[in-house]
Amino acid sequence: MFMPNQEQIQYISEEHRAYQQERKNYRIRVILSQIALLVLLIVVWEIAGNLKWIDPFITSQPSRIIRTLIMLHKEGALYHHIVITVLETAAGFILGTICGTFAAIALWWSKFLSDVLDPYLVILNSLPKIALGPILIVWIGQGAPAIIAMALLISLVVTILGVYTGFAQVEPEKIKLLQSFGATRGQVLQKVILPSSIPTIIAALKINVGLSWVGVIVGEFLVSRAGLGYLIVYGGQVFRLDLVMTSVIILAAAAAVMYQAVVLLEKHFLNKQ
Amino acid sequence: MKAGPLVEVRDLTVKYHSPEGEITALQNLSLEVGEGEFVGIVGPSGCGKSTMLNVIAGLIPSSGGEVLIKGTAVRRGTKMVGYMPQSDQLFEWRTIWKNVLLGLEVQNNVNEQTKAFARKLLENYGLIDFAHSYPSRLSGGMRQRVALIRTLAVNPEILLLDEAFSALDYQTRLVVADEVKQIIVKENKTAILVTHDIAEAISMSDKIVVLTKRPGSIKSIHSIELTCSEKTPLKSREAPEFRLYFNSIWKELDVHA
Repeated sequence: MFMPNQEQIQYISEEHRAYQQERKNYRIRVILSQIALLVLLIVVWEIAGNLKWIDPFITSQPSRIIRTLIMLHKEGALYHHIVITVLETAAGFILGTICGTFAAIALWWSKFLSDVLDPYLVILNSLPKIALGPILIVWIGQGAPAIIAMALLISLVVTILGVYTGFAQVEPEKIKLLQSFGATRGQVLQKVILPSSIPTIIAALKINVGLSWVGVIVGEFLVSRAGLGYLIVYGGQVFRLDLVMTSVIILAAAAAVMYQAVVLLEKHFLNKQ
Repeated sequence: MKAGPLVEVRDLTVKYHSPEGEITALQNLSLEVGEGEFVGIVGPSGCGKSTMLNVIAGLIPSSGGEVLIKGTAVRRGTKMVGYMPQSDQLFEWRTIWKNVLLGLEVQNNVNEQTKAFARKLLENYGLIDFAHSYPSRLSGGMRQRVALIRTLAVNPEILLLDEAFSALDYQTRLVVADEVKQIIVKENKTAILVTHDIAEAISMSDKIVVLTKRPGSIKSIHSIELTCSEKTPLKSREAPEFRLYFNSIWKELDVHA
């Protein structure tokens, strides 16, 4: 039954207060430990390098990474590389999600089509898409379009399968209700299938962010002359491990930021529902 | 009512096909429903009660026979019936107002006049304050009322209730059945209710049709006349005849647990 909010209980017992305190303390302990672990890692890494327990030429070192960062910043090339990789990745996962959703709509629209394509999708899904990298390069050429295609390809099949499964899970009774009003297939799609599948599509988007990074980095390994993947491969080839480590750390940060952006998007959409 | 029945089901036969074979769900079923009548359909599970409702709603084709509403054969996508599915099926991502407009949107018939009618319904049945709320804020009974208004908003000739209260708990179910019946009476609508609950059927209907087990056809028809001060589903359960109807229909259904 519907209850007005002001009926909520105001009084908090001692026991409940203790429980809340306990929960809060636990959260603080977890966060402090997380920070301590990071600091410990950095400090030990730095000291181990200074005391020659490890060879900083091969393992790099926090101070060297910071110096590399500053150097890249002064050269101005850093942002160029980050922007290129981020744009390629965003293009990859957005295109992957959009194309995958449209393909899923086509499969939903025609049972015949979905039955015909089923074995092809199963095989494409199990195939490591990275193996298609060289083919893409030959077909599309060396450069950003091939890299984006790589990222798109990696997320496409997963999206099709995920979103199509989501479509199939919409309650048949809801579809029946619309049909009882005389709804066409297009109206069923527009009024119930798509809106109730928004959580599924956003879940696909979240998975695709991760997959798209893989596609872009592999693509950059193979062809590019710019981007974080290029910096990593280049650094490895000329044995500048400082550059490799720095790029990997920037990559981790960029990936985390992009993932959080999608999580925010998800919150925005789910709150609306 | 003199102009002939509102709904005529003539020699209806429905067959389902599956790789395992053919199942005859309904066999030569004929039925008439007069304007303003409330007809309850009961029968053993799997007897084709819901199938019959789906054919009348134009949702599935028949294999033989026909269904006429006001003399016109029912086709797919007919606008003459209002179908109430099992549980309310409100769309959680739409406000109450948007939910109520759903049928009108589908029929491309949202205009000032139909909107005013929908608003009036919400006002009359105590839901206008929730027009801009989402369904999750409403109780089960209120949701069911919204579902009924959503159906009434397209102004159908006949309401088809397919186990419409089966998702509710027992107490809510009694109250909601009561409310729904009163709204249907007030709006002067004809209705067919399919249910497995004999008591629910007796308390709401003017006439009860008992179906045979599969393939379903008509076993018997009972006119329900209860002597009670208020003819509402809740009060009618106290009428002295209630038990008698219940017992005779129970016997006809011949339930073996």
